[in-house]
Amino acid sequence: MDDLRELYQETILDHSKRPRNFRGMKEANRRANGHNPLCGDRTTVYLHVEDDVVRDVSFEGSGCSISTASASMMTDALKGMTLSEAKDLFDRFHALVTADPSRTAPAPAGLGKLAVFAGVHEFPMRVKCASLPWHTMKAALEGGDRASTE
Amino acid sequence: MTRVAPPDATFDVEAIRREFPVLRETVRGRPLVYLDSAASAQKPQPVIDAEREVYERSYSNVHRGVHHLSMVATESYEKARGKVRRFLGAAASREIVLLRGTTEAVNLVAQAYGRAHVGAGDEVLVTGLEHHSNIVPWQLLCGEKGAALRVAPIDDTGEVDMAAFERLLSPRTRIVSVAHVSNALGTVSPVRRMTELGHAAGAVVMIDGAQAAPHLAVDVQAIGCDFYAFSGHKVYGPSGVGALYGKAALLEAMPPWQGGGDMIASVTFEKSTWNELPYKFEAGTPNIAGGIALGAAIDWVDKVGLGAIAAHEHELLEYGTGLLERLPGLRLVGTAREKAGVLSFVLDGIHPHDVGTILDYDGIAVRTGHHCAQPVMDRFGIPATTRASLACFNTREELDALARGIGKVQEMFK
Repeated sequence: MDDLRELYQETILDHSKRPRNFRGMKEANRRANGHNPLCGDRTTVYLHVEDDVVRDVSFEGSGCSISTASASMMTDALKGMTLSEAKDLFDRFHALVTADPSRTAPAPAGLGKLAVFAGVHEFPMRVKCASLPWHTMKAALEGGDRASTE
Repeated sequence: MTRVAPPDATFDVEAIRREFPVLRETVRGRPLVYLDSAASAQKPQPVIDAEREVYERSYSNVHRGVHHLSMVATESYEKARGKVRRFLGAAASREIVLLRGTTEAVNLVAQAYGRAHVGAGDEVLVTGLEHHSNIVPWQLLCGEKGAALRVAPIDDTGEVDMAAFERLLSPRTRIVSVAHVSNALGTVSPVRRMTELGHAAGAVVMIDGAQAAPHLAVDVQAIGCDFYAFSGHKVYGPSGVGALYGKAALLEAMPPWQGGGDMIASVTFEKSTWNELPYKFEAGTPNIAGGIALGAAIDWVDKVGLGAIAAHEHELLEYGTGLLERLPGLRLVGTAREKAGVLSFVLDGIHPHDVGTILDYDGIAVRTGHHCAQPVMDRFGIPATTRASLACFNTREELDALARGIGKVQEMFK
């Protein structure tokens, strides 16, 4: 039960039921749509970037608890970050959720609350749920407007 | 709600379970509760043995050789075709094309029949219940030809609106293609009536029987349809083999679909001539061992009795429906008066993906998502459902476990 409790632990359940920054953004100057065709999770990420700093970030969409919680916690973490810090956070989060379950490597540092997603790598079928909002955010920052988990 | 009859004492489900080696597997130490037969069925030992024995004792390419093994393999393969003919109630073996599965069958008809008979301004009629494999080939055909795809809507119970179906038939309808049983909702459609109506409008009628063949007796002559397709892997047979039934006159008139070896009578660089039915539509080396094992699967189903299987599954469906209906926060999707083998549902505030993961943790295998039927999901305004589907080896205890598992999911998300 430990793995499951880790995946669905308090913080993740809280963010999935009460997602933070769950709104559109009229003044967004970066946005992208993300879609996981396997399960139908959809997300749109909005960012307002000024002087290379993320001033505001929000998301809309529908999906499972893992993707919703991931998006919610991502938006909390990104506010105030520079673009290069955001890119770096993406890499660390991605490494966390795609870690090979058979290798006991230490979790990447500097993830703060996002470290709760460490449990996702035990559920390979859910990795894409966790990473969808992040791929979408990355696509938005890179100027593309569409992301997919494929 | 109808009173649920006690389990049929003559159907020995424990004996049947012992024939399925995979049911001895455990998932994280828990027994496997396999409720995903609508996606693909498990295989009983005789089917596994039949396929292995082909490779161990009699394997050879079919239809061409003069040596002993090729004769044995050919006989076994053609015997399997005969079994498929009887399974579907077709008149002749030449009306049975063996191919990869239902999806391939629909594509074959859309291309080899559709291209020659559907033109600009013509129509193809399907229903709102269809699996993507009975939508996309027709979309491709209509796109190619400038024809229109018409869709008979479904009502809130998941039944086809037959009045609308009738209204949508027109002198321009060339092809009607419908699912016998819905894989997403379990609805059993009135295919005999649909065939009559389609014929009255001058159309040919194709039936997607992938979800029907494991659950009810199919008689293509009684239905009167022009084409009927099913997949071996759903009827306890191997994957990669299935069949298309087509009326001989139609198949004769159709041009070949795939070109290659076996479907020819003679080949020169100037011209090739085609083999007779059904080989005209069977280019290349087929799934030989798979076809023979499909015959073994049909034998096995005959031995157990499709009627007995249907009765057992029906009783389970009633039991399961009753269990799930009583769970607060659960809504059944697909409540047609006549259903087969499928319990699709949504839970308030909980995404099916999460339901599936938590159930899987306890060894319960269900399917979550759109089930290759996105239009069905759209019709009910939901992104996905959780689907538990039944086979001959499922038990009431397994449905009890499903209900307990759902309770656990709801507890976790309170």
